[in-house]
Amino acid sequence: MERLELSDLVTLLRECAGEEEWTDLDGDILDTPFLDLGYDSLAILQTTGRIERDHTITFDEEAIDAAETPRQYLQLVNELLAARAVV
Amino acid sequence: MSGTVSVARATAVFTGIGIAAPGGLGTATWWAAALRGRTAVGAVTRFDASGYPVRLAGEVPGFTDEEHVPGRLLPQTDRVTRLALAMAKEAVDDCGADLDALPEYAASVVTASSAGGFEFGQRELQALWHQGSKHVSAYQAFAWFNAANTGQLSIRHGTRGASGVLVSEQAGGLDAAAQARRQIRKGSRLVVTGGADSALCPWGWTAHLADGLLSTVDDPQRAYLPFAADAGGHVAGEGGAMLVLEDADSARERGATVYGSLAGYAATFDGGTTPRLGDAARLALADAGAQPGDVDVVFADAAGQRAADRAEAAALAALFGPYGVPVTAPKAMTGRLLAGGSALDLAAALLALRDQVIPPTPGTGQPAADCPVDLVTGAPRRGAPLRCALVLARGRGGFNSAVVLRAAP
Repeated sequence: MERLELSDLVTLLRECAGEEEWTDLDGDILDTPFLDLGYDSLAILQTTGRIERDHTITFDEEAIDAAETPRQYLQLVNELLAARAVV
Repeated sequence: MSGTVSVARATAVFTGIGIAAPGGLGTATWWAAALRGRTAVGAVTRFDASGYPVRLAGEVPGFTDEEHVPGRLLPQTDRVTRLALAMAKEAVDDCGADLDALPEYAASVVTASSAGGFEFGQRELQALWHQGSKHVSAYQAFAWFNAANTGQLSIRHGTRGASGVLVSEQAGGLDAAAQARRQIRKGSRLVVTGGADSALCPWGWTAHLADGLLSTVDDPQRAYLPFAADAGGHVAGEGGAMLVLEDADSARERGATVYGSLAGYAATFDGGTTPRLGDAARLALADAGAQPGDVDVVFADAAGQRAADRAEAAALAALFGPYGVPVTAPKAMTGRLLAGGSALDLAAALLALRDQVIPPTPGTGQPAADCPVDLVTGAPRRGAPLRCALVLARGRGGFNSAVVLRAAP
């Protein structure tokens, strides 16, 4: 089953939205809000578009907007990927 | 704010300069090139222009994005915004002010941009039509936009005062500086101003070509010859300059080095077939409380079109008399940079006032007989004191702007 791990998300964030000099994306950031990592809503939108494209899935926009941390975000992504695997 | 009258008369002075333009990246490098007076125009390298009728451009040399742009901004910026970020950083560093120490709304950004982020826009349009809407960058939302430079600069430098963007083609750099002066007169302490453009991509090139004013001469030495009898158009370039304009009292209080003051400004619009560049110059002098005889050097618009060159020469002759004042056009080195062009001319004029030297106009050997201007050619001109400079610019569609600069006392 397809799963997105934190390391995958970090790679995508770097590719889609770049990286602030003052953040350590390789640290324990699962519960760090995206804003504190230097990522605003547009950065997340860009990254989400990329995941939708790569995995041919479509997110519930409101749900994904509500995900404030990598943990919450990955949970939504992986739920969707799992649901698709079942179908 | 006490004393509206005194604020309305506040003097605005330039205290910082940053340049990214054909000929040099950084003020010192570019100015040395301008004084050498050799063209910086060359074959287009930013895209394959071999299939186009025009293959020459002025490109900013040696610009490595990662050296000037934070990683977070790389995916969301066009080439022009990256150049603007570099210019603004140099200008702010140069002025020596601590922007963080200013009151929250005391500093702002007012720049000019004609094309916006053309290259970025082209890439995303290609993604849209070749791959589909899901492949278009979310940053297309603003990266293409004329105001992107102003926005990114204000975020980068933490300026929260009233900001804006001017779109009046080549006149934009002067119009932005004038808008910056209005903000100073309303109580702002410091404004980052200037102009930048870059549209050296196939889409941008198509737009440049549609203008019909580009020179089709393939020899970089002969392609853009303002005021020459064999002038046949101009070369397009990229880049420009950012400047720090500051309230004179604030600048004095912190002991800033001042390049010169924005003493006068005016803008006019051509009426039908009546050119009004001369009126802009006259009104700018009046605004500065100056007489034509006070002007020591003119930085010309220098279109490189016979009719437009004649019109500008006639306007100058009417104001100063034939061959009545030294005239120069360092933009013959860089090509015309849209909004960046007149901002760069402001920078060049300030540096001329600082160093008491007029940079030459590359290319043109001597002006045509029907252009009675004392054009500085061949080598820099020194000797006569430079206390007051007039900078002229015309934007496509009828914009005319003029700025009078006075040397620091």
